[in-house]
Amino acid sequence: MSKRDRLSGNEAVAAAIRQIDPDVIAAFPITPSTEIPQYVSQFKAEGRLSTEFVTVESEHSAISACAGAQAAGVRAMTATSSAGFALMHEMLYVVASDRLPVVMAVVNRALTGPININNDHSDSMGSRDSGWLQLYSENAQEAYDNMLMAHRIAESPEVMLPVMVCQDGFITSHAVENILLEDDEAVKAFVGEYHPKDYLLNPARPVAFGPYGISAYYMELKKQQTEAMERSAAVIREVSRQYGHMTGRYYDLIEEYRMEDAQLAVICIGSSAGTGKAAVDELRGQGIQAGLLKIRAFRPFPGREIAAALARVKAVGIMDKADGFSGSGGPLGAEVRAALYQAKASVPAVNFIYGLGGRDVRVDDFYNIFGQLGDMADGAEAPMYRYIGVRE
Amino acid sequence: MAYNLKEWSQRPERFAPGHRMCAGCGSPITVRAVLRAVCPGDRAVVTSATSCLEVSSCIYPYTTWEDSFIHTAFENAAATCSGVEAAYQAMKKKGKLDQTYKFITFGGDGGTYDIGFQSLSGAMERGTDMVYVCYDNEAYMNTGIQRSSSTPKYADTTTTATGSRSDGKVQYKKDLTKIMAGHHIPYVAQTTFIGNLKDLHEKAEKAIYTPGPAFLNVLSPCPRGWRYETADIMKICKAAVDSCVWPLFEVIDGKWILNYQPRHKLPVEDYLRPQGRFRHLFLPGNEHLIAELQANVDARWEELLKLCGGN
Repeated sequence: MSKRDRLSGNEAVAAAIRQIDPDVIAAFPITPSTEIPQYVSQFKAEGRLSTEFVTVESEHSAISACAGAQAAGVRAMTATSSAGFALMHEMLYVVASDRLPVVMAVVNRALTGPININNDHSDSMGSRDSGWLQLYSENAQEAYDNMLMAHRIAESPEVMLPVMVCQDGFITSHAVENILLEDDEAVKAFVGEYHPKDYLLNPARPVAFGPYGISAYYMELKKQQTEAMERSAAVIREVSRQYGHMTGRYYDLIEEYRMEDAQLAVICIGSSAGTGKAAVDELRGQGIQAGLLKIRAFRPFPGREIAAALARVKAVGIMDKADGFSGSGGPLGAEVRAALYQAKASVPAVNFIYGLGGRDVRVDDFYNIFGQLGDMADGAEAPMYRYIGVRE
Repeated sequence: MAYNLKEWSQRPERFAPGHRMCAGCGSPITVRAVLRAVCPGDRAVVTSATSCLEVSSCIYPYTTWEDSFIHTAFENAAATCSGVEAAYQAMKKKGKLDQTYKFITFGGDGGTYDIGFQSLSGAMERGTDMVYVCYDNEAYMNTGIQRSSSTPKYADTTTTATGSRSDGKVQYKKDLTKIMAGHHIPYVAQTTFIGNLKDLHEKAEKAIYTPGPAFLNVLSPCPRGWRYETADIMKICKAAVDSCVWPLFEVIDGKWILNYQPRHKLPVEDYLRPQGRFRHLFLPGNEHLIAELQANVDARWEELLKLCGGN
């Protein structure tokens, strides 16, 4: 039986952590994810969590301790944001290449330069090629649900890769919403026990992690990683299907909102999808065939699914909450265009850079975007990328 | 258990032959001696920082380590080990593991004094039940003999080159052992290769079997960086101790104990002379540089004697 509650995104993640009760959590505070380790400490103090809580002196050590713990043979988790996430960057590659299914809650916040504590996706997008699966959440409910599915996906023998569950800093992490929580016992049964094949604390078979991988082997190891990433798409779908059976809440790699007959579409990630859906509903009321495509899994990248969903649209706006500073737009823009090209889909597309450092994105901004898309559908030239909501 | 070299040397080898460390290198001597102190019935998980040791002992698909081993990166060996130890505590509490494991981390002075210092300090402060062993060869040898904060003053390294405008490294060596004692952990010791390795073996055993965090700093010369004849490693270590450049001491629960007092304190030049990295100090006109180093060794030695209660 699900139970109704009112929780913030951070509280939802903490609730998931309490129910999963991982063996080891190592974390270092950073706004806006700080509350997560605070809840861990509180739950432990109240005897509601058996986790070994390693109060490390940096995020680099947090992810390093997670690597050690997971390699030792147990479940390890951490949480971070922004600069803390960036400090982990080196280790994200190590964790993925060692095939350690660590789960990390990311509360997305802008990277410093200048320092800013508010939301965008520059942190996790900066490590999009580190070999981690990335699941993004629109709201607290999705953050909770993604957390409960993360271990099953990460630990699948077909995958054995780490997973980060991302939500938008403050917008989702600190806003209190209605949420459905599952029973502790149901969660425990769904998540199951962790049974690694090889691990450090296996008395029957000592093992070495993290060898020097010379050129004769390095590339094969990388290919195995990318094959596991490809296989993870089917695993995400299967775990999500089973989760849907349990909860009635079904997820896929992407979510299509009123896309079936859409002529103008936007693609976005995270909490903006909620705002975008409100705009789509309003525009539909005005007779405009608007639709929205939300990315849940950015890694693995659902290129085929995106191209299929956009096959019939007349213009698409690809929304990036991170600039790639390439002079040609952001990461989602580049990858969606590549997917469209591969599918031989010739759809006018423009990459909108928006919401950086917590800049509000409102329903009006979506009207503006759909207005521009309408012009492009009528033949106006589509620029490579364009900033939205910025003072000119 | 009273130390007996014959008995100890018959213990099963936990660092197998076939690794690719240089002849005359101190690092594998340190590793073999430390691992010999693990009771043959006990198990260990070894962590290593990126280092000569790591890249020479675990080249895929081989490993020199008989025990479970993990390397993740350069600056985080202690943090990685603290994760392994936390996993052990979790498994023990849940009744998932019967065996006793010991957690031993190795790092060079680069991975310990410098880039890994924060991670080490954190793991020690948190009370992780582990031993951190620094094999101190006084420079970044893996990347080709660059200076570290452990490099002694006036040493010639590839980033403290000597020449008409330079006498080598400008700064004195960081006193890491003392800094670790400042963490008020139960066991801190400094040692090197002396005689039949009794001092190293005994300190390793204490470090491993003292509950809680322990730190062992082992001067482990590098023939490439120090430029000595490979066969001379034991002579150099003895000179380091007899000149009081590298005194043997331990700090047990805050009590400083001097383990060895040379009967005749050697002049520092007896330690410096066999090492190519100090050759420029013996050029005419540089006598004052050696005198300066001697004065510093004397001051540090007096300071240590005071800490050890004047014994």
